[in-house]
Amino acid sequence: MNAEGGRNSMIQVSHVSKRYAGGYEALRDVTFSVESGEMVFITGHSGAGKSTLLKLITAIERPTAGSVVINGQNVSAMKAGMIPFFRRNFGLIFQDHKLLFDRNVFDNVALPLAITGFPRGEIAKRTRAALDKVGLLGREKARPIALSGGEQQRLCIARAIVNRPAILLADEPTGNLDTAYAAEIIAMFRSFNQVGVTVVIATHDADMIERLGPRILHLDHGRIAA
Amino acid sequence: MNWLLVHLDTLRESLGRLLHQPVASALNVIVMGIALSLPAGFYLGLNNLQAFSRQLSSDPQVSIFMEVDAGKADVAAVEQRLKANPDIGRVEFISRDQALARLKRSAGLSDVLANLGRNPLPDAFVVTARSNDPATLESLHDQAVKWPKVEHVQLDAEWARRLDAALNVGRALVTLLAILLAVALVAVTFNTIRLQILTRRDEIEVSKLIGATNPFIRRPFLYFGALQGLAGGLAAWAIVAVGVLVLNIQLADLSGLYGALFKLEWPGTGDTLTLLAFSALLGWLGAWLSVSRHLWLIEPQ
Ligand SMILES: Nc1ncnc2c1ncn2[C@@H]1O[C@H](COP(=O)(O)OP(=O)(O)OP(=O)(O)O)[C@@H](O)[C@H]1O
Ligand SMILES: [Mg+2]
Repeated sequence: MNAEGGRNSMIQVSHVSKRYAGGYEALRDVTFSVESGEMVFITGHSGAGKSTLLKLITAIERPTAGSVVINGQNVSAMKAGMIPFFRRNFGLIFQDHKLLFDRNVFDNVALPLAITGFPRGEIAKRTRAALDKVGLLGREKARPIALSGGEQQRLCIARAIVNRPAILLADEPTGNLDTAYAAEIIAMFRSFNQVGVTVVIATHDADMIERLGPRILHLDHGRIAA
Repeated sequence: MNWLLVHLDTLRESLGRLLHQPVASALNVIVMGIALSLPAGFYLGLNNLQAFSRQLSSDPQVSIFMEVDAGKADVAAVEQRLKANPDIGRVEFISRDQALARLKRSAGLSDVLANLGRNPLPDAFVVTARSNDPATLESLHDQAVKWPKVEHVQLDAEWARRLDAALNVGRALVTLLAILLAVALVAVTFNTIRLQILTRRDEIEVSKLIGATNPFIRRPFLYFGALQGLAGGLAAWAIVAVGVLVLNIQLADLSGLYGALFKLEWPGTGDTLTLLAFSALLGWLGAWLSVSRHLWLIEPQ
């Protein structure tokens, strides 16, 4: 299909540009592909276009030019009515968390399952399993505001994995965390990756990941820099 | 089955949300209840009046009053003419003495009558026509006024027919009132849902981001609107019911005075269900309008 894409390519981004209203060009002619089961880091300075790239992948934003194909589905050509179902393939961790502070930990994690329409018993089972994986099982009834920064980050991860997504997209999941804690979080992503989940993590914290020797896509002013 | 459970869950959640803000919800429900109780109450009142007027006008009666100085021969002549008329069913003669005796039995009047010295009442016939047809009664009236020594002819059903015409006007007014207040109810719901959407902005945004469809996001608001409308309908029913109770107590006194039974009927099952369904529907409509208007404004960033 695509020069760079293998047969099992999960994410294919081809010649994508994104110009925001107002004229700012956040991405210029970006091309790359991520295989199914791969773990990739997107790095780059603040404003390089990391978040924009992740938003294009999940159809939160539309590319000005180029195409995004996820698991064989062309996102740019997708009908609006299909987008909610398309998004359920992803586990999303947002840069600004987007936790619901008027709901407790359990309800925050249960939200994607309620949206998918699982029965209540199944929701409770899967939610507890996800909370267990991130070590928050004892905090079910707590409000997110009562959690530490690191715990809030784990809560975001639990919400992202509860639907057992094929792809995990994490935007700065270790921002504002100390090195030890950040390493713990990254280890968690590796364990998800090891069971076959495709993982894409955007971070400006290049030092932290270098010793892991993973695949890195470096963005510089909206362009891929090797 | 699962589908049903999901809807029941949403219903339960919406109910929870309604009860979670008891003061705000109660105020809304009271406003809606009052708004709905006005047309519902008037409608009930009209129905009662109509039943009452039907009951009266079902007896097509004409009263013929003789002049006070009419003699036995004059009375006999009128009776003769009445008996000869094929349109007339029953003729009841009430002599002036009988009329006086009846009046004396009515409380409070005997003293007045005793002071009069002489009987001021005329001889009278109460005539029941064979048919309820207004034209027949009309023609009988026109003939009878021309008979000698007849002072006055009264169509007893006339005021009932006038009342019926007035009731039709009343019914049109109630419909108008109902439409206006239905619009008010929709507006109240519209605004409530608007505020809810604003306070749940984050939730809506996140839900959209992680794959919620528009119907999923809309559903709790629609259920909330319908539930609140239904509660408003119940409040309206309660207001009308209390009104009927209070009025019936007053009417019982009145009944004692007039020796007739005045009593308001309760709203019927059909009318009650219509009221509740209508109010729930209006709440749903207000919520639907509000959600359609405001939801697309919240686009995830
Ligand atoms: N909605 C928007 N409208 C206009 N410009 C935008 C919008 N979102 C992002 N931008 C601009 O696009 C550029 C890339 O933004 P983006 O959020 O992708 O950067 P980033 O690499 O995620 O940065 P950071 O590390 O600070 O999160 C920035 O210059 C930003 O100002
Ligand atoms: Mg960013």
